[in-house]
Amino acid sequence: MSEPASRRKFLTRTAAGTALLSLAGCTKLSQKQWVSDLLGEVELLTRKAQRLFAGSHALAPEFHKSDIAAAFRANGTLLPDSTDYATHAANGFKDWRILVTGLVEHPLSLSMKALQALPSRTQITRHDCVEGWSCIGEWKGTPLATVLALAKPQEQARFVVFHCADNMAGADEPPSFYYESLDLLEATHPQTILAYALNERPLPIKNGAPLRLRAERQLGYKMAKYINKIELVSNLTHIAGGRGGYWEDQGYSWYAGI
Amino acid sequence: MAATMKDSSWGVRMGRLLGRAIGLPEKPYTLVRRHPAVVRLSHWLNAACLLVLFMSGLQIFNAHPALYWGRISNFDHPVLAMTAEDSPDGLKGYTYIGRHRFNTTGLLGASKNEGEQTARGFPAWITLPGSQWLAMGRLWHFAFAWLFALNGFFFAAWAVWRGHLKKDLLPTRQDLKALPQDIIAHVKLKFAHDGRYNVLQKLSYTLVIFGLGPLILLTGLTMSPTMDAAFPQLLWLFGGRQSARTIHFLCAFSFAGFFLIHMAMVVLSGTWNNIRSMVTGRYAISKDHP
Repeated sequence: MSEPASRRKFLTRTAAGTALLSLAGCTKLSQKQWVSDLLGEVELLTRKAQRLFAGSHALAPEFHKSDIAAAFRANGTLLPDSTDYATHAANGFKDWRILVTGLVEHPLSLSMKALQALPSRTQITRHDCVEGWSCIGEWKGTPLATVLALAKPQEQARFVVFHCADNMAGADEPPSFYYESLDLLEATHPQTILAYALNERPLPIKNGAPLRLRAERQLGYKMAKYINKIELVSNLTHIAGGRGGYWEDQGYSWYAGI
Repeated sequence: MAATMKDSSWGVRMGRLLGRAIGLPEKPYTLVRRHPAVVRLSHWLNAACLLVLFMSGLQIFNAHPALYWGRISNFDHPVLAMTAEDSPDGLKGYTYIGRHRFNTTGLLGASKNEGEQTARGFPAWITLPGSQWLAMGRLWHFAFAWLFALNGFFFAAWAVWRGHLKKDLLPTRQDLKALPQDIIAHVKLKFAHDGRYNVLQKLSYTLVIFGLGPLILLTGLTMSPTMDAAFPQLLWLFGGRQSARTIHFLCAFSFAGFFLIHMAMVVLSGTWNNIRSMVTGRYAISKDHP
């Protein structure tokens, strides 16, 4: 970029920055990509600061049985709209398989039965939706760290991507399946589990049957439901919109610790 | 720096009238240094932060316009809720406080956005962005929350370090004794123009800076699941995440209330003199004042 061009850019941005004081200005600014990019830079600061305090092992608070909500609210997809899913559901998900692929030494294809045969963790935790509400439930599942240890991530692997069976696109649009991702630090956190039971019952369909993610230090949209594939990657740019998740592609922050 | 007005020609009389209208002392006055640069800079930075934080906060609130008490959302028993209901004459907005229902159509629950009646907690003219856009509201909120927190932290540290807290903000025992008189003076809208804070000012600034500020910051952090993992004491302190969210909301409106009273006081005690002192640092005081 030539000098005058960058100066002009600086001046226009300064002027735009001043407009920030005007409220209409703020709403207008929200439409600009560079504004959301600039504000989004703060996400990195937030993540670094929170990691500084919470590290890799600080546990999310766990609660008592008496704290469990009478009805656990479900959000997002409540029933994946596909005949394939309906067939699996009718069959009690006996033939559902979870593939573990990508940058791993040992790719896996696990049945629900095989997954449930692995050591499990049970935790009563609070679910926080990005909308602002909270619910407490008891989850049982396989620690993701256990599954990853079996698959042995390669050295270049940085992120764990969860591919889901629920199509978020409309009927006449190309399919766009829900997906999410965590970095290895959050993925191997002791409370990060692949949950198959809620409140001592098989996971209900509206809550993500047969398998959903629990990442207890994150907001609800990170906790992918209806998982059928777990992929290890070195970066997220080549998947869907490239921002690491379905909601992230719509402008939500990838780091959802706040 | 001193300016005197003893002549009573027509021009000077008009000047005095105008001066009184915008709050200059009637008697001969002197400009004194009132607000140091640190105070002025952090004041305006804070003003910008609070504006963006309040409006983006209402945008976030609108994603689930209900408040609860305790650890979780007891959906059937919100402390406060805003809802929209269909009616023959269009969408109606209702606000519930506990079990009491109020018709708040046009303001809370349902209001016009871009010409169309929409179900939304707070109306578009007071949220940032205007339309329902949670992701963007969060980006604004967290970016300015950092600025607000850092600004507040540096200001508080400076105030303690340079004696601003002790010298100008904390009320002395003598100040507190004068509290009843000061309340009466405020009621009568009589303000001393000696360039120092009166006891009500001292009390409210100290409470806002060292009470409300930290409280809104901590309740905000309590809503973060990662911060709850790092500091579970936060949950104990505020009685759960949903209580923290409700307290955060009350703090935001306390700030709004403080802002309105602050604006009224600025106007009633001399608009221009006050604004100038917060911009250039200079404040006019009566010359015959000790």
